[in-house]
Amino acid sequence: MKIRLLQLAHARSGDKGDTANVGLIALNPAWYELLERHVTRDAVARHFDGIIDGPVVRFELPNLGALNFLLHGALDGGGTLSLKTDAQGKVFSTALLRMSIDIPDDEARRLGIAGMEKL
Amino acid sequence: MKTVVRVASGQGFWGDSLEAPRQQVEGGDVDYLMLDYLAEVTMSILQKQKERDPSMGYARDFVGAVESVLPAVMERGVRVIANAGGVNPPACASAVRALASGSNASKLRIAVVTGDDLLGRLDELIDSGHPLANMDTGDGLESVRDRVLSANAYIGSTPIVEGLAQGANIVITGRSTDTALTMAPLRHEFGWSATDWDKLAAGIIAGHIIECGAQCSGGNCLYDWRSIPDLANVGYPIAEANPDGTFYITKHPGTGGRISVPSVKEQLVYEMGDPHEYITPDVIADFTTIQLEDAGPDRVRVFGIKGRPATDKLKVSIAYRAGFKAVGTLAYSWPEALDKAQAADRILRERLDRLGLRFDQVMSEFVGASATHGRLAEEELGDLRQALPEVQLRFGVRGSSRSDVERFTREIAPLVLNGPPSVTGFAGGRPKVEEIVAYWPALIDKRVVTTKVEIV
Repeated sequence: MKIRLLQLAHARSGDKGDTANVGLIALNPAWYELLERHVTRDAVARHFDGIIDGPVVRFELPNLGALNFLLHGALDGGGTLSLKTDAQGKVFSTALLRMSIDIPDDEARRLGIAGMEKL
Repeated sequence: MKTVVRVASGQGFWGDSLEAPRQQVEGGDVDYLMLDYLAEVTMSILQKQKERDPSMGYARDFVGAVESVLPAVMERGVRVIANAGGVNPPACASAVRALASGSNASKLRIAVVTGDDLLGRLDELIDSGHPLANMDTGDGLESVRDRVLSANAYIGSTPIVEGLAQGANIVITGRSTDTALTMAPLRHEFGWSATDWDKLAAGIIAGHIIECGAQCSGGNCLYDWRSIPDLANVGYPIAEANPDGTFYITKHPGTGGRISVPSVKEQLVYEMGDPHEYITPDVIADFTTIQLEDAGPDRVRVFGIKGRPATDKLKVSIAYRAGFKAVGTLAYSWPEALDKAQAADRILRERLDRLGLRFDQVMSEFVGASATHGRLAEEELGDLRQALPEVQLRFGVRGSSRSDVERFTREIAPLVLNGPPSVTGFAGGRPKVEEIVAYWPALIDKRVVTTKVEIV
């Protein structure tokens, strides 16, 4: 089944220079393993292809049920150089939550997310 | 020794709520009030103010904040710690001192921390082998040396602890780290040594959680946001710490907002880099060791934190003049609002090309359709695309030539009469040309930065 991250996680993002970070936090701690397996660095890089112009780095925080993504080259120079509305990367969080992942049906049943429609 | 120390956060940045400091000292028991005023570019703004008037260069809001909490400071012994000093901590202290009169004047002890300001030492530092290379690009500072406006080392908790040990009611620093403002009073009260890495790391993480004010107590919280009660009366956070480094995040009873495990998690990941090493002047904190536990309504227990020895470097925040920018907007209405705005964007770009203007960057966004999520949003518009009630074209340029940026600002208005139809929203007039002050992060050897604490 295809499911949006919005239904599995919440998120907050911020900036450091020209890099945006997105912390992606499982809504249910049991779903963290799902995020860890399916929201890979490469999948996130594909999701933001054409929107950021640097690499993506991923860190795992199983203690918080969270993944932290660094999106380099995300802010058109960052800080005061950036002309963007979101010069501080505040809503890259919700941009990541737009992403969908494909979960095998048995895994979805085991984690109690089978039947959650794609929003 | 106290077994519980309560540090209240009353300001997340310069411009945050003017009421929060007073509410934090009046809403219940607190030992310390921590106020964070400095963002990356704030120092350069303050430096410009100091150039115009040598008695300025600090966060002026702080004077009003102290005035609003002075009874709690003088009568109940609440101590205030703030990095409001900016590039002129002594002037900030004088302005605060002027608030106290009568018996208060003799009882008020203000500690002023200086030594972070490196502006006057830049040439000496570069000449003696400190290149202050940009941490992101590797470029040496000489490439922008003649455009530097301010340069400050991020300093840690030690001088603040010293000020507290000397009996200060109020400690004013310049560019100290945000997190040190919370960790220092815990070090002072619990006698943590400068090598108690786990405890120092715990203090830093307590600081990280409360340094953005209400952003950990329900503000900007995505998790179940509709159910968060009474944000109009949001309670700012309090870190309630124990000597072993365990702490609770809570807020005063009767206030709005919510402190929960999810709200604290959201703040923990805010502006996070490598979670294994959150580097501060005092300690390297490991965010992958943090344990959170629900400890009742609006109360979260934080424990298990590990830290490691700090590095031998300090981060330096340098601000420099980096050209000019201007941003203008026009609004297009239904029908086909997005198509009209996109047509206007193409026309404007062609006109700027024909004028031969030189920019480092030309940017356009379509507010209402895709400004914040780009193609991710546009791809999902579907039938909504033609139905959008309005779309705002937001168009900006940046470059080193002030006159080219100035010339651009004359090209927006004509589109009202000579571009695509159904256009409005130009009442604000021509866009303003702004000088850009950019941020240059660098590292410097700790040994060359000496801080000083003075009681005034």
